[in-house]
Amino acid sequence: MSSAQTDLREDFLVLDNVTQHFDLGRHLFSRKSKGVVKAVDGISLTIKQGEILGIVGESGCGKTTLSRTIMQLLRPTSGQIFLEGKELSALSDADIRAERINFQMIFQDPYASLNPRLTVFTTLSEAIGRRHPDLRGEDLRARVIELMRTVGLNPAQMNRYPHEFSGGQRQRVAIARALAPEPKLVIADEPVSALDVSIQSQILNLLKRLSSEMGLTMIFVSHDLSVVRYIADRIAVMYRGQIIEMGTAEAIVDDPRHIYTQALMSAIPQPDPKLERERERILLEDEPPGARKAEDDLEVAELEEVVPGHFVSTRSFDRRVKVAADA
Amino acid sequence: MPLLDVRNLSTSFHLRSGIVRAAQNISLTLEKGETLGIVGESGSGKSVTCYSILQLIPQPPGRIESGEVLFEGRDLLKLSESEMRSIRGKRISMIFQDPMTSLNPYLRISTQLIEAIRVHDNMDEDAALKKAITALEEVGIPDAASRVRSYPHEFSGGMRQRVMIAMALVNDPDLLIADEPTTALDVTVQAQVLDIIKERQRRLGTAVILVTHDLGVVAGTCDKVQVMYAGQVVESGTTDQVFYNPQHAYTRSLQKAIPSLQAKNEALYTIAGTPPDLSKPVLGCAFYPRCPFPKVKDQDGPAPELTELSGGHCVRDCGYCDRTKPIETVLAQDVVAEETP
Amino acid sequence: MSRTADIVSATEERLSAPLAVEEFEKGSSLWDDAWHRLKRNRLAMISLFLFIAIVLFCVVGPLLSPYDGEQQDLLKGAQGPSGEHWFGTDTLGRDLMVRTMEGGRISLLVGMVATFVALMIGVVYGATAGYLGGKVDAVMMRIVDTLYALPFTIFVILLMVAFGRSLWLIFVAIGAVEWLSMARIVRAGVIGLKKQEFVEAAVSLGYSHTRIILRHLIPNVLGPVIVIATLTVPAVMLLEAFLSFLGLGVQPPNASWGVLINEGQQNMEIFPWLLMFPAFFFALTLFSLNFLGDGLRDALDPKSAKD
Repeated sequence: MSSAQTDLREDFLVLDNVTQHFDLGRHLFSRKSKGVVKAVDGISLTIKQGEILGIVGESGCGKTTLSRTIMQLLRPTSGQIFLEGKELSALSDADIRAERINFQMIFQDPYASLNPRLTVFTTLSEAIGRRHPDLRGEDLRARVIELMRTVGLNPAQMNRYPHEFSGGQRQRVAIARALAPEPKLVIADEPVSALDVSIQSQILNLLKRLSSEMGLTMIFVSHDLSVVRYIADRIAVMYRGQIIEMGTAEAIVDDPRHIYTQALMSAIPQPDPKLERERERILLEDEPPGARKAEDDLEVAELEEVVPGHFVSTRSFDRRVKVAADA
Repeated sequence: MPLLDVRNLSTSFHLRSGIVRAAQNISLTLEKGETLGIVGESGSGKSVTCYSILQLIPQPPGRIESGEVLFEGRDLLKLSESEMRSIRGKRISMIFQDPMTSLNPYLRISTQLIEAIRVHDNMDEDAALKKAITALEEVGIPDAASRVRSYPHEFSGGMRQRVMIAMALVNDPDLLIADEPTTALDVTVQAQVLDIIKERQRRLGTAVILVTHDLGVVAGTCDKVQVMYAGQVVESGTTDQVFYNPQHAYTRSLQKAIPSLQAKNEALYTIAGTPPDLSKPVLGCAFYPRCPFPKVKDQDGPAPELTELSGGHCVRDCGYCDRTKPIETVLAQDVVAEETP
Repeated sequence: MSRTADIVSATEERLSAPLAVEEFEKGSSLWDDAWHRLKRNRLAMISLFLFIAIVLFCVVGPLLSPYDGEQQDLLKGAQGPSGEHWFGTDTLGRDLMVRTMEGGRISLLVGMVATFVALMIGVVYGATAGYLGGKVDAVMMRIVDTLYALPFTIFVILLMVAFGRSLWLIFVAIGAVEWLSMARIVRAGVIGLKKQEFVEAAVSLGYSHTRIILRHLIPNVLGPVIVIATLTVPAVMLLEAFLSFLGLGVQPPNASWGVLINEGQQNMEIFPWLLMFPAFFFALTLFSLNFLGDGLRDALDPKSAKD
């Protein structure tokens, strides 16, 4: 996928061989390196305008680090990130700050992601001011009201503080804040996993509606394949910092090719007792301890296109697998 | 005689803002080797029920108002605190939701396990350590003999939850209460944890109460289900009865709201509104304001009773809604602003 | 029409209706909530009123009194409390009530100004160190550690010797020491907050460092800071009393409670009221501020409160 520079600039968002390594520091006396954690290890992908890409993986697979790297909250150790042809990874800190209004993030915990001391109005008007610094008074208020309606909040509650809202409502405020600077790309990091099932579907509906109405490009990060299946056009499955399989949502869910994706799929409990009794499961052994240190360097994943648009990693898989008909 | 027979258990919290009726008139029975699933949203009273059985409700502000908790025929609510202590962790044990905070971070796993054993069994340190290692091996912790000396932070989330289970099972309890044991875990780890519980059950006939909000987990693990809403049981029965012939509007809405059961290009079904404020008296059916198929405009009659339909399948039928109607997805529903708590 | 559709249309109607300004609900901020909790704490409220009463007594009192704090009447020296002089007079015949009030002014002024100085330096310094982190933080905090290690008394004596004795120097000297712990508390709070997602959200919106520190971090660490500040005021007053006791503090004819107590204890056995009155007011102030600080802690951090 990494080809000439001109190609990289064509798509909406392009990641070329992006890595994010964390140095664990050195031992106090021996000065030997404690090693490097390769949280994101050579990821290349492209996203088209208006597309929703789902990123799935277990905790610790690097999906959250990847989303923070795309957001430039962490600068990549190596590799390039292009948004509409502009190389974000090469911008200075000051330029990045100006560019930030084009890509926004929705966080996992609606209790932690809003400043408890600011009203909804202040939070939103501050964010709107990033795109429209001259908006004041009634115009600003009108924009806040419009934004609150868009995400299904009652504008009469604009002077309330975050703690006066329920979890689902707070997540709506967080979504409104992400939309306020009129971004082109929104990254949602586990936006529904802290919410109750019935609230989850409300937020998923909202995100889906927003992306189709506003033509938003979205990266939806989650550990829950059943949620990602519903919202994403394409899914990338991550394992130990690399993409192990990528394809359309249907292809990944209906025809998973990599054993790890199959194991993930087979672990999702079905809300149907008879299906559950017959479910064939692929069990994975636990990772060997300390596996993500640099010592046992992994080969960089080569993705092979098995069916047009459906990529599977050729990397050897290091967890033992057993198939159980019924537990 | 059933192993556990809870009759009309009611628990409330007396707060400055009023009395919150967190669990009202809960009844349940559990035989040896059975698994009961308790399903509901947060605040539905499912955890309060479990804590009440073990009398782990902080009192005050909590108060067990009425009811009986018969464990092998003995009413646990009448026992003294010291008698209760000899039951907790020995005959009935509990697994909590958060494996990160349920273990003492300053003590080695071995210390914590040995303590759990020696509180109930008069055995020497070495024998207790051996038993602890066996318990860790049983829950699938590799290299248990050396890892028993580790501290909690040296384990991953899934491993820590296994340690919690090992600790809960180390004294071979007759009843295991698991409060959302897999909610914080990845699906792959969740499957492993549920397998450990099932395996144990098959081998020793342990009875299990599994509290969860995930209908998928219930379908694969439980023999019986109770669906709770606003502090009440709204439907109960065998897993097949409740899954294939759901009667209460809430059960049906909950089932309908599972994302994995819905087609990709349709809006997800959502339950409008929010649960009622339990500090105010609820008139009639608690779910009525959110009911997708009501027959009448308003209802304020007496609270409906839990009645048996057939073969142990009970439902709290208010008679105000049309139970035969299919639930339809309401497209514009994500516009509805939730009411504030 | 189904009931859910009713709700939907009703909500949309409500949402699309033009909203007059009066219709906006008023939110209740965390500060409002804390104030409500504080109001329910009887001991803290009594302390608050007591403290206000003492401040009023000291500030307004001398204006209403027929006596002047410096007016000596040697014929009426060292008289016990009477209808004429409610608190009695000191050895030089000055009215002790006015002296106590004027001493209170100085003590309270030292306490509050020095605390304010400490607050300003400590909050800005601590927040900056905590927010920037890394090497900047390390250097800034080593400076704090070094200053901590300086023996305070010697530091003040040096200042006094170098710059002469003045009230303002006492403010500076005490403030310069008290800000250290303030800075540590703020830094710890900011480091905890920095990992919270709302700060990351502020960074991803491209807000400047100053804006993030001032609007998003400092207001959220102010709770514990206010508590510490309330408890610092009495600590500073004690320090000032200690300095005055050593003769390094306020100079005659000005008096602070520390100076008055010092004078009083010299004649404690013969004229006990000279010690009693200033000591009583001083103790009352310390008590009320400490109880108020405890009440504020419970009010601002409800999780730590007992119920």
